[in-house]
Amino acid sequence: MSAITRDEVAHLARLSRLALDEDELDHLAAQLDVIISAVARVQQVAAEDIPPTSHALPITNVFRPDEVRPSLTPEQALSGAPAAEEQRFRVPRILGEEA
Amino acid sequence: MSGELTRKSAAELAELMAAGQVSAVEVTQAHLDRIAEVDGRIGAFLHVDAEVALAQARAVDSRRAAGEELGPLAGVPIAHKDVFTTVDMPTTAGSKILEGWRPPYDATVTARLRAAGLVILGKTNLDEFAMGSSTENSAYGPTRNPWDLERVPGGSSGGSSAAVASYQAPLATGTDTGGSIRQPAAVTGIVGTKPTYGGSSRYGLIAFASSLDTPGPFGRTVLDAALLHEAFSGHDPMDSTSIDRPVPPVVEAARRADVAGLRIGVVKELGGEGYQPGVLARFNEAVELLESLGAKVAEVSCPHFTYALPAYYLIAPSECSSNLARFDAMRYGLRVGDDGTRSAEEVMALTRAQGFGPEVKRRIMLGTYALSSGYYDAYYGKAQQVRTLIIRDFEAAFEQVDVLVSPTTPTTAFPLGDRVDDPMAMYLADLATIPSNLAGTPAISVPCGLADEDDLPVGLQVMAPVLADDRVYRVGAAVERALTDRWGGPLLSKAPAL
Amino acid sequence: MTAPTLVPYEEALAKYEPVLGVETHIELGTATKMFCGCPTTFGAPPNTQVCPVCLGLPGSLPVTNKAAIEGIIKIGLALNCTIAEWCRFARKNYFYPDMPKNYQISQYDEPLCVDGYLDVEVDGETFRIGIERVHMEEDTGKSLHVGGATGRIHGADYSLVDYNRAGIPLVEIVTKPITGTGDKAPLVARAYATELRELVRALGVSDVRMEEGSMRCDINVSLAPRGATEWGTRTETKNVNSLRSVERAVRHEIERQAAVLESGGKVVQETRHFHEDTGTTTPGRSKEEAQDYRYFPEPDLVPLAPSREWVEQLRASLPELPAARRRRVQAEWGLTDLELRDVVNAGALDLIEQTVKAGCAPGPARKWWMNELSRRATEQGVELDELPITPAQVARVQALIDEGSLNDKLARQVFEGVLAGEGDPDEVVAARGLKVVSDEGELAAIVDQVIAENADAADKVRAGKVAAAGALVGAVMKATRGQADAARARELILQKLGAS
Repeated sequence: MSAITRDEVAHLARLSRLALDEDELDHLAAQLDVIISAVARVQQVAAEDIPPTSHALPITNVFRPDEVRPSLTPEQALSGAPAAEEQRFRVPRILGEEA
Repeated sequence: MSGELTRKSAAELAELMAAGQVSAVEVTQAHLDRIAEVDGRIGAFLHVDAEVALAQARAVDSRRAAGEELGPLAGVPIAHKDVFTTVDMPTTAGSKILEGWRPPYDATVTARLRAAGLVILGKTNLDEFAMGSSTENSAYGPTRNPWDLERVPGGSSGGSSAAVASYQAPLATGTDTGGSIRQPAAVTGIVGTKPTYGGSSRYGLIAFASSLDTPGPFGRTVLDAALLHEAFSGHDPMDSTSIDRPVPPVVEAARRADVAGLRIGVVKELGGEGYQPGVLARFNEAVELLESLGAKVAEVSCPHFTYALPAYYLIAPSECSSNLARFDAMRYGLRVGDDGTRSAEEVMALTRAQGFGPEVKRRIMLGTYALSSGYYDAYYGKAQQVRTLIIRDFEAAFEQVDVLVSPTTPTTAFPLGDRVDDPMAMYLADLATIPSNLAGTPAISVPCGLADEDDLPVGLQVMAPVLADDRVYRVGAAVERALTDRWGGPLLSKAPAL
Repeated sequence: MTAPTLVPYEEALAKYEPVLGVETHIELGTATKMFCGCPTTFGAPPNTQVCPVCLGLPGSLPVTNKAAIEGIIKIGLALNCTIAEWCRFARKNYFYPDMPKNYQISQYDEPLCVDGYLDVEVDGETFRIGIERVHMEEDTGKSLHVGGATGRIHGADYSLVDYNRAGIPLVEIVTKPITGTGDKAPLVARAYATELRELVRALGVSDVRMEEGSMRCDINVSLAPRGATEWGTRTETKNVNSLRSVERAVRHEIERQAAVLESGGKVVQETRHFHEDTGTTTPGRSKEEAQDYRYFPEPDLVPLAPSREWVEQLRASLPELPAARRRRVQAEWGLTDLELRDVVNAGALDLIEQTVKAGCAPGPARKWWMNELSRRATEQGVELDELPITPAQVARVQALIDEGSLNDKLARQVFEGVLAGEGDPDEVVAARGLKVVSDEGELAAIVDQVIAENADAADKVRAGKVAAAGALVGAVMKATRGQADAARARELILQKLGAS
C-alpha cells in the first residue's frame, strides 16, 4: 500500500515548477514513497493538546524603524539578470493571471 | 617554515603575527601553497582567490604596522562555506542553478570575518543548498575525507571540514541545520560547533531551513573554534531571529576546560542499535574520562528523540520547498529553455529541473507534499508538535543535568557512493545531531578517538541549554585536553599523510 | 465579443437578493517598505528602490517596519476591531514573476485585527458593514507586458518587471458578507469604499488614491433567489479602480448573474476583470485547479505580540474619525441632516471646515463652496478639491466682504480670477481694480455726478418718491462697474437729495 501515487508525485512536480521526465518521475516517486512512509511516524505521537512550535526561541516584536537605508543601484540589482531591458528584468511571456 | 605554519592553530598563528615573528602575507601564502599541494586530491574548495586573499593579508599587515589595535584572529586564514554571500567571490550554494553567481552584498557573517581581519582563502564545497550528510550532493563533485580519500568528509559542510582537517586552513565556517557542522567535524577528526539558534546572523546565508539553519565554526582545537565563534556571532538587526543578548563567554570557557562537579547526562535514546560498535566504544570511554575528571554522570531519557528524525525530515523540506521557490530563472542564476516561444512557467520548470540535483528535488517535493492542504495537519502540523515535545524533553533533562552527551553520529566516515542512492540510509547520519537543531540548543563535536574497526575518527557530542554555549566549550575543552595528553598529541596527527 | 446578456437592474432585484463582499488593499504611506529600508516614493525609475531583501536575493531576510504595524493597528482600531494579543506572519506560496520570493509574506489564520464594523449611510439609511479581518502583507512588483495588442497579459510576447513596488506595506481589509442591502447594493458598496477611504485618510496612514493604486478594491457579488436560505455562488471582480467603478461593478454583476440564473445556468465561481470603458466584467483565465497556497508560519519573522499598553497608546492617538467629525460639524454649523448629506456628497466637508479654520463663518463658507465653486467645478468637469483655489483664499474673500471691501458680485469676479491663476484674492482685487468704492469722497463725487446726469430721477426723490432712488443707485453701480457699496450709495443719494 503506497503512501503516495505516481500521479500525486507528478502533481507535486507541477506545483513545485519542476519539469521532470518520465524516468526521473518514476525514480523519485519510488523514493518519496519510502520517505513519506518513514516520516509518517510522527503521527504515532499522541499529541492531543500539544501546541505546535514554529519558532524554537520565544522572541517576539522585532522591528526596525521606518527610516530609509541605501538601496542597490539598478546595475547591482540587475547584475545577475538572465535578461534585462530598459532597466527592468525581462522575463518570458507569463501564462498565469495576475493574482 | 610554510609547512610548519599550516600545522599551527589559529591561536598560535595569531600570537606569532602579533609578536611580529611572521607576517599575515607569509601565513596566507603558506596556506595557499598547501591548497595547491593537496586540494587537487581532496576537493575542499570550489573557489580560491589568491589575489584577493593576499590583498586581505597585506591590508592586515599594513594596519598592524600602522599601530592599529587588531582583533584576536587578525591575519588568520579561513575557509568559508560557499553558502554565505561574498561580493568578491562567486557564491553557488553547491548548485548549478547559482553557477558563477556574484552576490551584490556580503553576508553579515562574511562582513564580520572581514572586520575581524580574517583572511578568506576561498569558498568551500558543500552538499547542494546544505542538503546532505556527505557533500556528495554538490553539483561540483564530492570532497574527500583527508583520513581516507575514498570516504566522505561528512556534510553538508564537508568542504570546510576537510579543509581544516587537511591543514589547508586553521579555521572554517559552516552551517548546521541537522548536524552539518558537527557530523563532518566528527568524521574528519576536528572540532565543530552548532551555536544556539539565533546566536549568529543568517543574513546572507542562503536559506535551506530557516528555523533550523545556524552558522558555526570549525577548528582543529576547541579554543580555535571558540575564537571563531566569538568573532562572527552576536545580534544582527538584519536578522529578526537573531538573539539580542551578549555572545556567551565561549573563549573563556574553552580556556577554563574544567568539568569538576558538572552533571552530565548520557542520552539513552542516542546510542545502542544503529550505532557502530567502535563509535560506541570510544564514546563510552569518553564518558568514563569525564567521570574521572570530576563530572557526575547519569543516564537521562529523552523519549521523543526517536521521533526527531522524521519530524526534521518534514519541517526542513517544508521550509526549503518555500525557500527555494525563488530560484526561478527570472532575476538571477541559471535560465534554461528561453527560446522565445516558451512561457515563463515552462522556463522556470525546465531551469529548476536542470539546475537542482536529485536530493534537492526530493526535498522540495516532500516539503510541498507536507504543506499541501489535506496533508498539512498530519505531516507538517504533527512535526511541529513533535518539535514541542523534543524541546520539553531537553528542558526536563536540563533540570537534572548541566549538559547532555552522545556520540555525534552513528558511524565513522562511510565510503563515497555507499548511501547516495539510499536517502533514508543517508538521513540516519543525523540521528544524534537533529534534536539540538529542533530545540535550537547549542552543541559541539570534539574528537574522542579512532574506531577499532576502521581507524577512523569518532566524535563526542556535548549539548547544553539555549544560550549556554560556553558550557559545551568547557566540557569539550576538558575532554580535548585530557585526550590529547593521553594520545601524546592531537588526534589529527594520526591521520595518514597526504 | 458579444454584449453580455443582462437582466435589467430593477427586474433582477425583484427576483434576487444580492450578497456582497469587499476586499480592500491599502498601501500604507510609510517612508520605507514593509521588510526593508528601501524608499516607497511613487514613480521612481525602475529598479532604483530595491535591495537584497525586497528583491528576494538568496540569503536575504525580512525585518518588520514598526510604523507599518502602528498603521495597521490604527486602521483596526478605527474599524472597531479586536487587536490580536499574539499572531504570526505566514507565507503564501505561489509562483509569479512579480513576486521575488515566489511567496508573499502575509497573514493566514492569525490576522492582526478581527471582528470590527464600519457604519455607512445611503439615502438616510445606515448599514453596519461587518469587518471580518484586517491583516498585514507585502505588495508585489509591477510587470509591463510587451508585444500584445492591449498591453495586457493576453498575447504578450514577454514582460518587463520592475520591483520598486515589491515589498511596500499592504493592509488587507475583508468585510463580512454584506446582506440586506436590497436594491441599494451598488450604493452601499460605494459608500463603504468611500467611507473606508475617508477613514484611512483621516488616520494619515495612506494617501488612498485609487488611481495610483494605493487603494484597490475587489468586489464579491452573489445572488440568491428572494427567500432562499442558501447564498448563491459568488464571483470576485478585480481591476475596480475608482469609487464609481465600485458601484458600476456591483450593478453589472447583479444584472449579469441574474441573466445567468434566469436562463437556467449556474454562476461560475471565478475571478472577473472590470472594464472601465464598458462597465462590464469578463472572466479571468480559468484555473485548472484551485490554488493551494500551502500557508505556513513565516519562520524568518518572530510573532507579533502588541502589548495592550501600546494598543491603548495608539487608540489614544487616533485623530477625530470622519463619522464623529460629521456629527460635530453638523452641530457646530447647525446643519440639517439633508444639508450635511449634501455637503458630504459634494465632497465639500473638508474644504468648508478648513475655510472655517481659516477664519470664515460656517454659513458663508458653506455658501461659497456649495454654490459658486461647485458650479465652477461642474463647468470645468473636476472635483471640488481639484479646483485651483484654497480654503484660505476663500476665507480671505469672505473677509474682504465682511470688511466692506467687496460685495458678493465682486467676490465672484475675484473667485474667477483666482481660479484663472491670476494670483491670491488681494492680488486679483488690485490687478482688476475690483475694490468696492467705499471711499466717501470718491463715492460722493460719483453720486453727485449721477445726480447731475439723472435729473428726472433726482427730482422724484427730492419730491419724496424714495423708490426712484433705485435707478440712481443702479446708475452709481454702473458707473463704478458694480464696485460701489450699494447700500452706502443709496444712503448718500437720499442724503444729498434731502430725502433721508
